[in-house]
Amino acid sequence: MATRGFTGRPPAAEIRERLPPGQYLTDDFPVLQLGPTPRVSTDGWRFTLRHGSRPLVSWTWEEFQALPRTRWGGDIHCVTKWSKFDTAWEGVSIDDLLAAAGLDAPTGFVLAEGHDDYTTNVPVADLVGGKAMVATLYDGKPIEPEHGGPARLLVPHLYFWKSAKWVKGLRFTERDEAGFWELRGYHMYGDPWREQRFTDD
Amino acid sequence: MAEAAPSRWRDATIRAITPATPRVKSFRFDALGAPHRAGQHVDVRLTAPDGYQAQRSYSIASAPGDPRGLELMIERLEGGEVSGFFDAIAEVGDTIEIRGPIGSFAWEAGDGGPVLLIGGGSGVVPLLAMVRERALRAPQVPMLLLYSVRTAAEAIARGELTARSRDETGFDLTLLLTREGPTTGRRIDRVMIDTAIECLGMPRHSFVCGSNAFVGTVADLLVDAGVRPATIRTERFGE
Repeated sequence: MATRGFTGRPPAAEIRERLPPGQYLTDDFPVLQLGPTPRVSTDGWRFTLRHGSRPLVSWTWEEFQALPRTRWGGDIHCVTKWSKFDTAWEGVSIDDLLAAAGLDAPTGFVLAEGHDDYTTNVPVADLVGGKAMVATLYDGKPIEPEHGGPARLLVPHLYFWKSAKWVKGLRFTERDEAGFWELRGYHMYGDPWREQRFTDD
Repeated sequence: MAEAAPSRWRDATIRAITPATPRVKSFRFDALGAPHRAGQHVDVRLTAPDGYQAQRSYSIASAPGDPRGLELMIERLEGGEVSGFFDAIAEVGDTIEIRGPIGSFAWEAGDGGPVLLIGGGSGVVPLLAMVRERALRAPQVPMLLLYSVRTAAEAIARGELTARSRDETGFDLTLLLTREGPTTGRRIDRVMIDTAIECLGMPRHSFVCGSNAFVGTVADLLVDAGVRPATIRTERFGE
């Protein structure tokens, strides 16, 4: 039912068709995080793939920089309702990470893990096939700490809480295990185009 | 550990509208239908006759279970599509779609203290709910609110906060006016944080809410002052 007296200011058609339901366009790059920005140095930084608790492979920052690079440009959508168009990222695709490790994904699900003990779950199918990367550059420059630098996961077709900031590794899990926000009522999958914000959406 | 998802969209009726500052109005709705924790927010959804919808998040200012209903404080933003509607069009008796409560930026009596609250501008709203929750259910918990705002007239709930600070043992208010009087130009700095911690004791929980830049700066200052990062919760505002 319409809200009395509300007409709104719908954006132009070419913007509207790029906005998932309930989202609005921003030119800023808002920050959403639970607490202070952790101080993550590239000295001693490691990125580790694990199967359960067992480490499979690990890269130092220097080793990580030597992996093949991928660029992605496009729109990102935060569950707090802002969307940002034409963002530009560069990093290492999950396909290239697995190839460099000489691995096939051992399970169908992943928990991405951050240096701040944040976790979020993503199906492997949403990480491979060119769909996701561990990004280290935004707009050609090192990612600012408040936006997840030195490295963050980028899974741009899902709500942005899935793109874990300050990522330190991926843990392959047998089942689809809920991460931090997913334990707190947020959706297990988080497709913005189906407006999967909360558990029952 | 698992927490409930927010309620489905439901119609809430505006019961009262009161000016809080020149740019902020208080809106009282009938109850949310689900209990909230102080500091949480709701999503609000407006629908145009052609089906176009706009959604925004607003923090809850009222303490859980307030018999006067759920209070939102909505600041009129320049060109704000939703805040402009609330400022100019919304009236008592109107029905608005709401879902919630949402969020981990929350404190309840059982969480204990000391509690350090630091708010900038309209970022004080979820902290106000915590101050009210403390007064109702945990008056023994030490709590200090450091509130940075441009001018006294723009300070949300200034009368209430000042009175509570005078009347309630264990609750202290430090109001920093950044564009008025002797503290013009001053921002929350390390000295103010250290003074707050000296007065309150090392906080068991800290909550910081305001603009992006404000929250980033203050959270870093808290870490520098020795507050454990895992005990600091942040919430950033902006339409």
